[in-house]
Amino acid sequence: MSEVKKITLPLTDKAVESLRAGDQVAINGVVYSARDMAHKRLIEAIEAGEELPFELAGAGIYFLGPTPARDGKVIGAAGPTTSSRMDPFSPTLIAKGLKAMIGKGYRGDEVRGALKKYKAVHFATIGGAAALLSKHIVGCEVIAYEDLGTEAIRKLEVVDFPAVVAYDCYGGSVYTLQGSK
Amino acid sequence: MRYLKYDKVVSAVESLCISACHELPDDVLAAIENAREKESDRAAVDILGKLIENAQIAKDEGIPLCQDTGLTVVFVEQGEGVAVKGGGDDGLSAVVSAINAGVAAGYEKGYLRKSVVAEPLNLRGNTKTNTPAIIHHEIVPGDKLKITVMTKGGGCENKSQFRMFRPTDDKQLVVEWVVDVAGQAGADACPPFIIGVGIGGNFELSCLLSKKALLRDLTDKNPDGFYAGLEGDILKAVNKLGVGPGGLGGDTTALGCMIETAGCHIASLPVAVNIECHSHRHKTISL
Repeated sequence: MSEVKKITLPLTDKAVESLRAGDQVAINGVVYSARDMAHKRLIEAIEAGEELPFELAGAGIYFLGPTPARDGKVIGAAGPTTSSRMDPFSPTLIAKGLKAMIGKGYRGDEVRGALKKYKAVHFATIGGAAALLSKHIVGCEVIAYEDLGTEAIRKLEVVDFPAVVAYDCYGGSVYTLQGSK
Repeated sequence: MRYLKYDKVVSAVESLCISACHELPDDVLAAIENAREKESDRAAVDILGKLIENAQIAKDEGIPLCQDTGLTVVFVEQGEGVAVKGGGDDGLSAVVSAINAGVAAGYEKGYLRKSVVAEPLNLRGNTKTNTPAIIHHEIVPGDKLKITVMTKGGGCENKSQFRMFRPTDDKQLVVEWVVDVAGQAGADACPPFIIGVGIGGNFELSCLLSKKALLRDLTDKNPDGFYAGLEGDILKAVNKLGVGPGGLGGDTTALGCMIETAGCHIASLPVAVNIECHSHRHKTISL
């Protein structure tokens, strides 16, 4: 197995350029959780010219809706949701500076085109390994859309969060490498 | 008539929801361990190992196996000699009311995610209780109340499909389509899958059978040799797709395929495929 690359968010263009589909990575730093409804609201906010709840430039989004944290714990179970449901929204966010996304499964052509055009990257992590992945999250704070419950945007601090580069900024895909999609 | 107290049913369902979300069934864990031993792809071996580790952490620390603690699907087999007594005045039968109260209590006390919205297309407001549960109720002989709770994730449910074949279509066409459905589910639906197939009945019954099929033990085969053969053919073909654990390649795309059947109309050959992720969570109790 290839060596694991340590990366830290927010990501620079240079860091994005160093990643290739199939690379194993350990992600550190800040990522923001957002899934379906939060994406819809972020796009509505952009269309209305409103300020976004976090700085998009260089940022990473984790497609996540966690279970509630037990007392004294940072977060509950925290695995990825299906990335393709965010396909209608991601290109707009990438154009505005989003550099990384973490989810599970495939991305559509438009997202992959945006990754190339604006130098961004999509990571896949293990769907259904949510108890294990929660161990890599050391900070969690709801920063927007609290009314959405599990779908609220959370500022997460991650340590050596395990993932693989699913789609790089050169058009490469881990799924093509594997002979599937 | 034998009577069961409302509160007893509530607390039984509450416990089932919590334990289902924390403990992977033995047959599923054994299937993952078995697949890891046979897997030829090194990255796939690593992912399968992480799934086993995840199951251990979930069990030891009471963290849900998956953050998607599902829509709660409840199969009830109620003996004709048993009834549930008590409960509130919510306009529901005592058994349905007790099941929903048990789901709400389990999801709150077990720190499980509430993933149910009240209506689908307009406001999509979260009910904040994970109810209503989807309840499939059968009256059976005897005086026991058997309750099975399945916490079914949305990612894999989204990849399930239905197709109406011609009654004259060859069995190979059905096999190929089921394999194709699993391939389309791919990395999105958390492979390795368990594939439930419902053949026959009508539009809605085939879908229900495909879900019921998922409740069988993974080592179980259809008692009819013809259908047991199809189960084997589908599993073998799906595992040749190369999707692999997490969709990142390998020999392990599915852990099992189970077919349930029913008689059907001379004009019809309905087939439904219910895709289930590797986090195949279900628990049963008999009261």
